[in-house]
Amino acid sequence: MTRVNTVKFSLIALVVAVAVLLLAHWIHIDYLYFASYTILQFIVLATAWNILGGYCGYVNFGSAAFFALGAYASVFMHKAYPVPVPLLIVIGGIVSGIVGLGMGYLTLRLRGSFFAIATLALAVVLQTLIVNWDYVGGSRGAYIIRPENITILGLQINYIEYLFALMLLLAVIALVTARTIERSRLGLGFATIRDDELAAEACGVPTLRTKLIATAISGALMGMAGAPFPYYIGYLQPASAFGLEYAVNSIAMPMIGGTTSWVGPLVGAILLGGAQQYATVTISSAVNLLIVGLMLVAFVIIAPNGLVGLVQERLRGRRRS
Amino acid sequence: MTALLHIDNVTKRFGGFVALDGVQLEVAAGERLGLIGPNGSGKSTLVNCICGTLQNENGNVRFDGQVMDGMAAHERTHRGLSRSFQLPRPFHSMTLAENLRVPLLYTVQARTGLLRSAGDLDARCHELLEMVGLLKKARHMPRDLTQVEMRKLELARAVAAEPKLLIADESMAGLSHSEVDDILNLLLRLNERGITIILIEHIMSAVMRFSQRLAVLVSGKKIADGAPETVVRNPEVVRAYLGQ
Repeated sequence: MTRVNTVKFSLIALVVAVAVLLLAHWIHIDYLYFASYTILQFIVLATAWNILGGYCGYVNFGSAAFFALGAYASVFMHKAYPVPVPLLIVIGGIVSGIVGLGMGYLTLRLRGSFFAIATLALAVVLQTLIVNWDYVGGSRGAYIIRPENITILGLQINYIEYLFALMLLLAVIALVTARTIERSRLGLGFATIRDDELAAEACGVPTLRTKLIATAISGALMGMAGAPFPYYIGYLQPASAFGLEYAVNSIAMPMIGGTTSWVGPLVGAILLGGAQQYATVTISSAVNLLIVGLMLVAFVIIAPNGLVGLVQERLRGRRRS
Repeated sequence: MTALLHIDNVTKRFGGFVALDGVQLEVAAGERLGLIGPNGSGKSTLVNCICGTLQNENGNVRFDGQVMDGMAAHERTHRGLSRSFQLPRPFHSMTLAENLRVPLLYTVQARTGLLRSAGDLDARCHELLEMVGLLKKARHMPRDLTQVEMRKLELARAVAAEPKLLIADESMAGLSHSEVDDILNLLLRLNERGITIILIEHIMSAVMRFSQRLAVLVSGKKIADGAPETVVRNPEVVRAYLGQ
């Protein structure tokens, strides 16, 4: 296998992103933008979840909370001091990153299902806080009227197209981050935590610090995915931002794609996200979670290591024989 | 000779159970110390207190002139304390070479700034695997290994951190005679290279062949410490092992 370095990989990813952007512009169906935006958002969420869940082995059930924090940071800024969306993404990332760091500190002694329960609790606590915070809309929710167009460098761009382009860029950033971590010393450290924390410490890995880096990066990426969401949806309420589908999908997508490599969440998000969007149009949006459930069951039986794992096993088998 | 490891009055309790009761022990640089005792006598607890997996409540552990109390396990590894686990704990999702990369990257590189290039790292991994006779399996996963190979990997990983003091916690349990000799020769070779070694073991022939000095723990207390031949004839030690 030839080694592609990070710069080259980033360039390839950007070229692919621009190609997708041009293709979408050429087809130009509004619904396609909406649907692909959702899928891109899930690519970011699934990749972010995988940094903590796949690489470190810490299952986070609170993805929706980090996503919602990013979204509500945007609502707050929109009311307090409106800034452009790219800046909102940065702010959402910082807020969720800090909360991720805090969660890491609070739950650092918990492992396995106990950690998962703690993250679930975090989501409930945050949702309760938001519901009771009137400034950002409370349980009523908040409206954000997005402009029809935005002018960048003298060019008038449709706002949905603009958000789509931003999410595309975010997906590239998430994938490059994940891939870079995977091949670095940090990635090796993450893997030792997943395998055996006691042995990791004995080998000199500062497990606590490494874990905190993972919770912070993972949280920040989720917050970044959530930041443009209020502009995309127009009306944000706690029940939709903290929706179960975000938590479930961010776990199911890497599981289906494969958790050990950056490719897994990408493949899982495209596959599962695509199926859900298709079902929403043809059957009903209520069938989404059913699809997730059925696919998860199917993959646990057929490919417990995800699609990437399945392909790797096949390749290894062929090499041996 | 100045002591490399200085354990002073170390006490560890688990609830009402006193696992270590004021243990005093010194290990000189370059020494080969055998640590024996019946099951449940506190040997592994002592190792855990030395390495930072557990924190002792009283007393202190000094290593290489520094007080170790309160220090996390990885910091102690960085300072030159290394251990192998009683039950091998390899990183299951990594190849053997990758297993060794962890201490090389996280301890040796962090400590010395050496081994920067991928080529250097690979070379060192191979060197270590060759030392324990596992070079052919560099790209295998730990699940493909036999018991004795697993113990060798465990030792290679501990040695990869380039320790001043290596603690081998029952690295020969359950092995055949020739396999015990294999591991023993490996430990002797490491000692010749200047690594101080504490060997915790139940196989007496191995302990007697290996140790320059022998310490005996019974119920969390050190009851004997001295030349191996004298210690094994000590009536208190005999009573602890054989009963009255």
